[in-house]
Amino acid sequence: MSSEVKEKVLNQKKVEPLLSKRRKKILVDPLDDNNPVTIQVLGICSALAVTIKLEPTIVMSLSVVFVMIFSSLITSLVRDYIPTRVRIIVQLAIIASLVTIVSEFLQAFNYEMYKVLGAFVGLIITNCIILGRLEAYAMGNKPYDSILDALGSSVGYAWIILTVSFFRELLGSGSVLGFKVFELIGWSNFPTNGLFVDSIGAFIILGILIWIQRSRNGYIEN
Amino acid sequence: MQQSNTYIIFFTLVMTIFFGALLSFTRMQLKPIQKIQVEIDTKKKILGAVMDISSLTPEEILTLYSEKMTSKVLNINGEEFVFNDGTKLIAEEINIQKNFKLNKNDRKYPVFMFSENGSVVDYYIFPMFGNGLWDWISGFVALDNSLNQIVGVAFDHKSETPGLGARITSAEIQDRYKGKKIFDLDGSLVSVTMLKKETNNALDNHKIDGMSGATITANGVNDMLKNYFECYLPFINKNKIESLNLISSR
Repeated sequence: MSSEVKEKVLNQKKVEPLLSKRRKKILVDPLDDNNPVTIQVLGICSALAVTIKLEPTIVMSLSVVFVMIFSSLITSLVRDYIPTRVRIIVQLAIIASLVTIVSEFLQAFNYEMYKVLGAFVGLIITNCIILGRLEAYAMGNKPYDSILDALGSSVGYAWIILTVSFFRELLGSGSVLGFKVFELIGWSNFPTNGLFVDSIGAFIILGILIWIQRSRNGYIEN
Repeated sequence: MQQSNTYIIFFTLVMTIFFGALLSFTRMQLKPIQKIQVEIDTKKKILGAVMDISSLTPEEILTLYSEKMTSKVLNINGEEFVFNDGTKLIAEEINIQKNFKLNKNDRKYPVFMFSENGSVVDYYIFPMFGNGLWDWISGFVALDNSLNQIVGVAFDHKSETPGLGARITSAEIQDRYKGKKIFDLDGSLVSVTMLKKETNNALDNHKIDGMSGATITANGVNDMLKNYFECYLPFINKNKIESLNLISSR
C-alpha cells in the first residue's frame, strides 16, 4: 500500500509539465508580488548607479540575467556536494567567476560599454539578489526549478531598473537610447531636469513604482 | 564524511583550480581582442583632439592613425627618451595615469604628431592628466605647428558630476578652447584658463567661459593644462624655434 502511494507520487512528479502552475508561480512571483527591488528592496545600489542612461542599463540587465541563471544552475547541480560550512564562499566563487567572464567579454567586444559601466559590472558580485537566491533557493532545489527562479528574480530586477533608467534618461537628458526624442517631436527646448541625472531621481522613480505597485496589489504594512 | 575537514579542503582545492583555470583560459583567449580595443580607444582619443572621428569605423581609425601620426616619448628636458641599450618606448603604450603619480622629473611624456602630407608636422598632441572634483580627469590637447594656438582638445573624466563637471567631455565645452593661445605676446607661458560662471564678456586669447556649478572641475582642468604645458615647455620651445625657421625658410 505504502509503496503504491510512493510510486504514484513519483509518477506525478515525473509528469509535472515544464510550466506547471507551481513553476509558473516561481517564475512570475518575483516579477510583481515578490519583486526583489520594489518589495524586498535588494540590489538598490546598482539600481541607482547604472540607471542614468538606458543603454548601459540594458547591458547591466543582460549581465545580471546571465550571471543569475548560470550561477543558479551550477549551484543547483553541485548542491549535494557543497560542504555546508563553506557554502557561502562556494556560492561567491561561482558568482565571481561568472561576473569576471562577463566583464572580460564586455572588455573585448563592447569596450565603450565596459568603460561606462566600469566597476559596476564587477559589483554584480555583491548584488544581494544573486547571493540571496542561491542561498535561499538553488541550494535546495533541482536545476530546472532553480533556473526558473533565477530567471524570475533577475528579470524582476531588470524590468525595474530598465523602467527607472527609461524615465531618468527621458527626463534628465531628454533622450531615449541617445536619441533626442523631444527634438524629434519639435520640442527643442525641453527643460531637462538635473535631479534625474543624480541618484535622487532614481529614488523618486523607484518610490513612485513602489507606490503604484502597492496601491494596485492592496499591500498593507503590518 | 562530506562535512569532514579533509573533504572541505579537497572541495575548495578542486573548486579553486577549476575556476582559476576557467578564468585564465578566458583571459588568454580574449586578451588579443581586448588589446586591440584599448589601442583603438587610445588612438580615437588622440585623433579626436584634431578632427571629428565620430563617423569613422575602428578600422578606418587605425589606418588613418598609422598614415598620419608619429609619436615620441620625451623626458622632462624635452629630449627623446632612450634606454641605455638604445631601445625606445612606444608612446601609445605609456600609461599617463601611472606617470602622473610619479615625480615630475621621472615621468615619461608622450607626444603625438599629426602630419597631413607626411613631411611637415601640422599638429602636436599632448596627453595630460589631473584631478577633477571626484576623481581623475585627462585630456589630449592639440597645438598647431606654431606650438602656440590650440586647435582642439579632447577631455575625459572618471566620475565628474553628470550635467555639471562631466560637461568637459561635450563638444560645446571643448570647442571653446579652439583658437586660444598658450603664450602671451612676450612669449611667456600663460596657458588657457577656464573662468568661473558661464556668461563672461570680453574673453581674451587665454580665457574661456566656465561651466556654472562646476568650478572645481574647471579648476582641475586649468591646473592640468598649466602643469603639463610647463612639463612640455622644453620640447615646445625647442620645436617652436624649429617650426619658425621652417616657415621662414620656405
